Amino acid sequence: MTVLAVSDLNVHFTTGAGELHALRDVSFDVSENRVVGVVGESGCGKSTLINAILNLLADNGRISSGSIEFSGQELTGLSRRQMRELRGPGIATVFQDPMGALNPVLPIGRQMRNIQYRSGQAKSEKDMRSLEALKRVRLPDPEAVLARYPHEFSGGMKQRIAIAMAVMMEPDLLIADEPTTALDATLEVAMIELLKDLQRQIGCSVLFISHHLGVVAELCDDVVVMYAGEVVERGSTREVFKNPGHPYSLKLLECDPARQTARRRDLPTIPGELPDLNHRPTGCIFAPRCPHRGKECADAPPDRQLDESHIVRCIRAGAV
Amino acid sequence: MLNYAVKRLLLAVAIVSVAMLLLFTMIYLIPGDPAAVALGPRATEAMREALIVKMGLDQPVWVQFWNFFTRAWMGDLGREVLSERPVAQVVMENLPFTMALIAGGMTWSVALGIPLGCWAAVKRGSWADRLVGVLSVAVIAVPSFVIAIYALLIFAVALRWLPAIGAGEPGNPGDQITHLILPSLAVGLGWVGYIARMVRASMLEVLEAQHIRTARAFGLPDAMITYRYALTIAILPTITLLGVGIGQMLSSAVFAEIVFARPGVGKLVYDAILTRNYPLVSGAVLVTTVLFVLLNLAADLLIGALDPRVRSKL
Amino acid sequence: MSAANSDFTRPARRPDFARAFDAVRRITAEPLGALGIFLVALMIGGALFADWLSAYEPGKISPRDRFLVPSWQHLLGTDQLGRDLFSRVLHGGRIALTVALFSTAVSLLIGIVLGLIAGYGPRWLDNLLLLLFDSIKSFPTVMLALALVTLFGPSLTAVVIVVVLVNVPGYARIIRTQTLALKESEFVTAAESMGAGTVRILRVHILPNVLGPLLILTSMDIPVVIAIEAGMSFLGLGVRPPTPSWGSILNDGFTAIRDTPWIAIAGGLPIILTTLGFTFLGETMRDVFDPRLKRHA
Repeated sequence: MTVLAVSDLNVHFTTGAGELHALRDVSFDVSENRVVGVVGESGCGKSTLINAILNLLADNGRISSGSIEFSGQELTGLSRRQMRELRGPGIATVFQDPMGALNPVLPIGRQMRNIQYRSGQAKSEKDMRSLEALKRVRLPDPEAVLARYPHEFSGGMKQRIAIAMAVMMEPDLLIADEPTTALDATLEVAMIELLKDLQRQIGCSVLFISHHLGVVAELCDDVVVMYAGEVVERGSTREVFKNPGHPYSLKLLECDPARQTARRRDLPTIPGELPDLNHRPTGCIFAPRCPHRGKECADAPPDRQLDESHIVRCIRAGAV
Repeated sequence: MLNYAVKRLLLAVAIVSVAMLLLFTMIYLIPGDPAAVALGPRATEAMREALIVKMGLDQPVWVQFWNFFTRAWMGDLGREVLSERPVAQVVMENLPFTMALIAGGMTWSVALGIPLGCWAAVKRGSWADRLVGVLSVAVIAVPSFVIAIYALLIFAVALRWLPAIGAGEPGNPGDQITHLILPSLAVGLGWVGYIARMVRASMLEVLEAQHIRTARAFGLPDAMITYRYALTIAILPTITLLGVGIGQMLSSAVFAEIVFARPGVGKLVYDAILTRNYPLVSGAVLVTTVLFVLLNLAADLLIGALDPRVRSKL
Repeated sequence: MSAANSDFTRPARRPDFARAFDAVRRITAEPLGALGIFLVALMIGGALFADWLSAYEPGKISPRDRFLVPSWQHLLGTDQLGRDLFSRVLHGGRIALTVALFSTAVSLLIGIVLGLIAGYGPRWLDNLLLLLFDSIKSFPTVMLALALVTLFGPSLTAVVIVVVLVNVPGYARIIRTQTLALKESEFVTAAESMGAGTVRILRVHILPNVLGPLLILTSMDIPVVIAIEAGMSFLGLGVRPPTPSWGSILNDGFTAIRDTPWIAIAGGLPIILTTLGFTFLGETMRDVFDPRLKRHA
């Protein structure tokens, strides 16, 4: 069963420089109990995607067309109140920056109690649940944690608290927005293990945003590759990593530091820059940087199906 | 925290000391012979000389300053010229009225400024926001004594809603409060503007913060986010602002006391100047200055106590 | 070589006619800015052409015309001595404007000099000046004014001194901060290494860079200066009668507020309109030209 189905989603921002087409025809599914990774460089629209799903786009942004279905319910066009009902128990989110993600002037216990406002339970019962959640993320001395303020914790501990808050909601879908980016490498591994465990325990689906291919390969069942606000390739992690169909995915894999076999002085990079999204080209978005571009790339590329679930937005999909 | 408090206290002591020096210089430079001024035209030469010795005016300047300085720190501000009562005592008798006026002004400014600023921030870009913005600028710009007189004219003279003169019957809190409403409005109205602007600005900043997005992502009700998550942070700078504002409110209080014929330190100084009662002038100015510095200090320490982030850094 | 090089590093800023015109256009594009310019122009125009605009001498006492209510003959009525209030308000504007311009100029001059000394001079002098500024700031303005009047007696001089004491710490601080920042910057270091003298560095490199923000802040301080003059005159500590001042008109009106409220209205209105005008103008200027200055308070 599909938990989240995004189809042909378009997001625009009204800026001083005109209309910015931030997401174009984005489609992908998150199935039950699956962990789906979204990868791409910074600025590729990953965060916009999350905000669009959560209906937390900035004031100047709007979903111009397309649909987002969550457990069969259409999210676009929901009222603020209806959307608020879903946030938390339906979709819980762990944000990128653990430093700023928690309210600085409220004790942790208070914040964890507040997000349980719907439960109607007594204070002590809410605190029990908070303690349980903190234990789940393996924080030492959870009782003391409740009484303390965010600034008293390290980044890694704050991230665990943030995860505990999300897990406590027992959501159907957990969105994790680069939860490990701000952490150092050893913590990152631990955090991935933790997320894996928790996902199995709760049995939720996960939408995992990252620019770190190694983490995605390790954690995710499916992967969605984004470039400049478009999904250029999606499919099972195994398929996409073994058999990348889009020139951009190929380049991304080549540039992954973990995959460098030969010793070299510099990391390979993709030449060229992200296109100006205020003036999005009509044809293939990656064409200006693509080594395989041809005349046909001036037209909008089709979504080619390479496999049952492996879809590539490139006219030459699989041929490069 | 303690370290910080001590440091701030030392700075406050230094500021007050320099203020004393400035004040002493000023008194010392007053043209004319203070003894002659104090005694009036009919004094004999012997009386004058006796007073000069009594006031210590025959000693070198630095001795005079040192005496003034040490006595002032001990709370001895000299005796006033007319009744020979201790200046400190006279000032202290009048201080509660001024403090009540300032407290009233603060109440107005906080009670109106915080909700207005919060409202403007929540409704950012709307006509309500613009209106609050323009009104804030306007009440900041117009001097408090003009506000005092117009308030007197409208509410006391024309509409007769509120009393115009005095501080109310002693021992009758209700009467005293009705007498406080207009003067404290005149003192506090400008600060409604300052606080509304400040709260709006810091509220907008806080609403952009990551943790507010987290709160939204957990589906917390808007009211809880606005008031418990954002406003509690956004009002913290208000405390510092009010600390700074005390000085201006003291200034406004002088006018309010004169316009509404209320007792208080401002009226005391004003009357003392008209009667050339200089020890009273310098004593009262010194007390208000110390008060200002102390309240500033209190505001800084209060911020430290209220904001856990600051608390841990100190 | 040294001269040529330091000229090369001099930041180019030559406000010309086109830029000034553009500036005015950008201010009037904002409704509040336009209103501000209108009110300020009204005030300045009234002060400049006071003699033409009013048929009466501001100081002319005419006992037969005491306490006349506003009418076509006397637009704002007359006061307890039968003097035309409209004429007095216009001439009071002259006093307000003169005091504002003169005392602001003096404050700026002293503030710049002290700020440069604090920022560019030795550390101990800097600390000493800062302590002095803090101490002066720790006197509530009116208390400062009252204390100073004991020294100088009620006069315009006292008003100017109060304004200077109130304004200088603020200006000097800004200059000091900017000077400290610029002192480290490359073009000053470069000029220093070329052997440029201290005075030259101050004049050529530091002053032009701090003048912009300072001018905006000064314009925002003008309503405060006007309020100080009016306030002190209201208390009888500033302008001496019979010289017309908005503050003293207000005081005349206050004394007789129950029977002849128009006098108080006549005295207060120009103060309200002028302070609003300058404030709106200053706010718009700041928002348009230097949004960085937009701080919390």
